[in-house]
Amino acid sequence: MAIEVPENVVVTKLDELASWCRKNSLWPMPFATACCGIELMATGASKHDLARFGAEVFRFSPRQCDLMIVAGRVVMKMLPVLQRIWQQMHEPKWCISMGACASTGGVFDTYAVVQGIDRFIPVDMYIPGCPPRPEQLIQAIIDLQDKIQREGTIRGAEFELASRQAPKRALVELPTYGRSAAMIGPGR
Amino acid sequence: MLDALKTRLGDAALSEFRGQSRAIVPRDDLASTMQWLKDDQGFDLLVDVTCVDYLSYRDAEHRFGLVYLLANTATNERLTIRVYLDEPDLAVPSMCDLWCGANWLEREVFDMFGIEFRGHPNLKRILMPEAFVAHPLRKDYPLQGRGERHNFPVLTREQA
Ligand code: SF4
Repeated sequence: MAIEVPENVVVTKLDELASWCRKNSLWPMPFATACCGIELMATGASKHDLARFGAEVFRFSPRQCDLMIVAGRVVMKMLPVLQRIWQQMHEPKWCISMGACASTGGVFDTYAVVQGIDRFIPVDMYIPGCPPRPEQLIQAIIDLQDKIQREGTIRGAEFELASRQAPKRALVELPTYGRSAAMIGPGR
Repeated sequence: MLDALKTRLGDAALSEFRGQSRAIVPRDDLASTMQWLKDDQGFDLLVDVTCVDYLSYRDAEHRFGLVYLLANTATNERLTIRVYLDEPDLAVPSMCDLWCGANWLEREVFDMFGIEFRGHPNLKRILMPEAFVAHPLRKDYPLQGRGERHNFPVLTREQA
């Protein structure tokens, strides 16, 4: 039996409605630790105008954010801070790893620099480049919006699903990275 | 100034390179020499304290060379003081009483090379995390570390 729908009524799913609301109002947490942060600022400024994509409200309080943009290298002393801030952000939340350093350590293959934040916190989007252009960051945000629209559910079930998947991240140490963490003992 | 230094330390300890004077001071004379340089020779500014690890350096006789860069702001003279140290005794007197600026400089040298500055008011790591055990700028420490940079808890989606 067909139901007649008036012209000014749109039919959708609650999940999609929730995703649509979320994706168009991302509040980034600027975790800018190095030179990539400059491009992050440029992206937020008037020339590139992140407001066109609904993500212009940078907040320095993690409680008010739902998108962490890690822009720059993260060193050993900073990683506990990064993790604490990530934990303080409310669900639903996403993470963009901006630039070669945040994604892999970049050229800083040294004792103090963490070789990719994805070893220690979940990452949704990687941006290559050193530093990436603002256009690349905008593209990543658009792609993330796509991802949120595709996967988002009103109860956040997409995160539960992700947790059940086997961890894909490269947690296994490469043999060239010195001896294992077991030598250092517990803690850091 | 150079003549006074020559009579005090002897000819062999002094050298010059492109107009820069350098002097090698034995560790036991360091405190008195520095006091003398500051009070009588007018070196009122300690520009930097740093260190060189001569491990596997060709013709090197000592493991560490501790370097003090001094300046006389009245006459614009500059002087490099070098102290050679060997393991296991890596202790030198702290210069914090003479130049307050030595505080953080000596902490950095301690952090990176493990030189012990006796009499320093607050000798703890300045750059590396406090739980760190090694001295990373020593030449026998691997460039990529011993895995410390991977030694953190992993946060997953469900934990956060
Ligand atoms: S990726 Fe390049 S621009 Fe970005 S933080 Fe690293 S060195 Fe700086």
